[in-house]
Amino acid sequence: MKLHLQRDSLMSAVAWAARTLPGRPTQPILAGLRLATTEGFVSLSSFDREVSSVAELATDAVAEQVVILPGRLLADIVKALPHDDVLLEWEGTRATIRSGKVSFSLPTLPAEEYPPLPADPQPIGVIPGADLARCVTQVAIASGKDESLVMLTGIRVEIDGPTMTMAATDRYRLAVQEVAWRCDDDTRQTNLLIPARTLVDVSRSMGQAGDVTIGLAGDAGAERLIGFSAQGRRSTSRLLDAEFPKYRSLLPTESTTEATMATTAVLEAVRRVSIVAERTTPVRCSFAGGELSMRAGSGDDATAEESVEISLAGDPIEIAFNPGFLIDGLAALGTAEVTMAFTEPRKPMVMTSEQAGAYRYLLMPIRLTG
Amino acid sequence: MIDDPGADEPSGHDADTVSHRVGDVGCTILHVDMDAFYASVAVRDHPQLRGRPVIVAAAGHRGVVLSATYEARAYGVRSAMPIAQAHRLCPSAVIVPPAHAAYAQASGQVMDILRSFTPLVEPLSLDEAFLDVAGARRLLGSPRFIGEQIRAAVREQTGLTCSVGVAGSKLLAKLATNAGKPDGLTVIPPADVAQFLHPLDVTALWGIGARTAHRLGELGVRTVADLIEVPLTTLERAFGANQAHRLAALARGEDPRPVVSDVPDRSFGAEHTFDEDVLDSERLTAMLLALCERTAARLRRAAVRGRTVVVKVRRADLVTLTRSRTLDHPTDRGQELYAAARGLYAGLRWERARIRLIGLRVSGLVSSAEATEQLTLGQADRGWREVDVARDRAVARFGEDAVTPARLLGGTHSARSGPHAGGMPVKPPQHPTPHGAGPPPGAPG
Repeated sequence: MKLHLQRDSLMSAVAWAARTLPGRPTQPILAGLRLATTEGFVSLSSFDREVSSVAELATDAVAEQVVILPGRLLADIVKALPHDDVLLEWEGTRATIRSGKVSFSLPTLPAEEYPPLPADPQPIGVIPGADLARCVTQVAIASGKDESLVMLTGIRVEIDGPTMTMAATDRYRLAVQEVAWRCDDDTRQTNLLIPARTLVDVSRSMGQAGDVTIGLAGDAGAERLIGFSAQGRRSTSRLLDAEFPKYRSLLPTESTTEATMATTAVLEAVRRVSIVAERTTPVRCSFAGGELSMRAGSGDDATAEESVEISLAGDPIEIAFNPGFLIDGLAALGTAEVTMAFTEPRKPMVMTSEQAGAYRYLLMPIRLTG
Repeated sequence: MIDDPGADEPSGHDADTVSHRVGDVGCTILHVDMDAFYASVAVRDHPQLRGRPVIVAAAGHRGVVLSATYEARAYGVRSAMPIAQAHRLCPSAVIVPPAHAAYAQASGQVMDILRSFTPLVEPLSLDEAFLDVAGARRLLGSPRFIGEQIRAAVREQTGLTCSVGVAGSKLLAKLATNAGKPDGLTVIPPADVAQFLHPLDVTALWGIGARTAHRLGELGVRTVADLIEVPLTTLERAFGANQAHRLAALARGEDPRPVVSDVPDRSFGAEHTFDEDVLDSERLTAMLLALCERTAARLRRAAVRGRTVVVKVRRADLVTLTRSRTLDHPTDRGQELYAAARGLYAGLRWERARIRLIGLRVSGLVSSAEATEQLTLGQADRGWREVDVARDRAVARFGEDAVTPARLLGGTHSARSGPHAGGMPVKPPQHPTPHGAGPPPGAPG
């Protein structure tokens, strides 16, 4: 088989497909990038048994054939090609890549060992890529990194007809956001748990891609696979089979203190004072009068203080937080103003913004003394 | 000392201040400073020097005065003065070389005395420390009385004299000490703060250095009384808001810094050598749990929490490995220690090895008062911490077997049953809920 390709479109297709090449493959064959031709097209894909990525390219293929090439090597070669025209050719156990005056010859991997790719999921709706990316970014900051708590490494996605609600928590904070989308069935109700890493990666890659089609595979109520596709790029991910915590009851329904302030001002202030805070030491916040004063560091160690103007409604409060968690929430908001609502120094703070829709970022404080 | 009224009348030196006649309510900070420390040690150890001007300085003419007796100070000799100058001022002075070992020994003795009054001792140097006696008053008496006791104890046990300042803040306590030196005790009750501070030069205030003093001088401020008179807005213009507030607070004798005792970075741990080498991993992890529970109880008793968990395992062939892990937050909970310790033990992959000894150590200690804990969403207001508190209380009253994790029921896991039991008799296994110690019958577990 001989394919004439254009370097830049090949490079972007290979980059997309190579994203999900497993770093340490459970089977050697999974380190390969799979090329499958049909008349006029070639699709490039990788699969690590959890996640798959497929990119399609128009080319001068004349028949259906499959070849597996060493994935990382192919990606490195394609990135380095000197000329716009690329010729990709394979025959038996060797493949050749030519461009300008360079020629690479690489061994092919045994195609018969490559596991079947997951079937394309059934489309259930469409969401603008930018909306998907924004929602996922805001929620994913709260997802857990601890692989021993699998249910927390996912982003919970609740589809309720035209409304999609996403939630993630690592037990210390909880982020919830809603996003509108075009669902095929306004009565559709499904709850999914998608690995956060995959969802972040896919939404970031498809953020610029216009409309993203979402599909599901598996029985209704017991879906096994979610798929995303946009402009010739597709990705599937296995869903997590774990129970996400019942988070709705954690969302406070009332507050006794509400402070509104400029997001950038408080974000920069937290960043500054937390220079002296160690990874898990708190920033102490005092909301009183027209001021939020923050302190970090203690005793003989370095300390820092800064205050920010706020407009306060309700009782003054003194409360302490992990500065990294505060920064995550403030940075994810992306709005000019932020409102923080409290009840008690040992109860969660809720961060919202009028410009951020239904977004809520719950953060548990740090208890200062035993 | 020639004139030593302190020996009979501990507060003799402040007899001419009003503080002597007024109470010491609200004065819980003590500042203790040894009098002419190096020089006094030299005189104590060389009695023939008593009554003579003595200067401690390293040999050679380029050295500086490290310390001088009050007899030498009477000639104008001061610490940090070049030797040559000191010699000119007081040609009769005896110059002795420093004896650092003797100072360290005396200092250790003094600090031990201070810590016998309260654990809240913050040493500033070898010969100087702050104490917070707020919690010791009920037991030991008024701060003035405690100060007198300290002075008597130091004199008796070290043969040296010290001066004590008693006030409501570190700043004032230190000033009080200087006012009573040598061999005196001064109390600055809250009502007398202004009277005491106002005549002082601003440089006497801790934290006002030469530069700040110079800039204050430009505002016409020389004494604390002058400083009090300056409107805050003027100070803010000259020094910025933060510094202005700090200066105003200093002028009022306010100093928010607490007395911080230095908790040495120690560790707590326990280990157990089995009577015979053990292969059964169930028995090993149960022993690990027992060690964790025991160590956690000791951490709680000492009011500290640790962050680093170290597991030590020795095989029958005496090969010994240790593995450690640092937790997210300091803990004094047996279950949290055990979760980490079990993971470390499993990581050794010694399932098939015969084990002779297993040990646990917790380091990276912080005082429980300073420990912080990231709360989790939906966390019950009352939880395992309350269980631990209740259990510690039951154990204090009914003995170590009063309450124990169910897994450790049955004699073979008891950490106290081995040769490291410290002479404790081995009790037969018994039900862990003596009357009144456990949950009431029918209570949820």
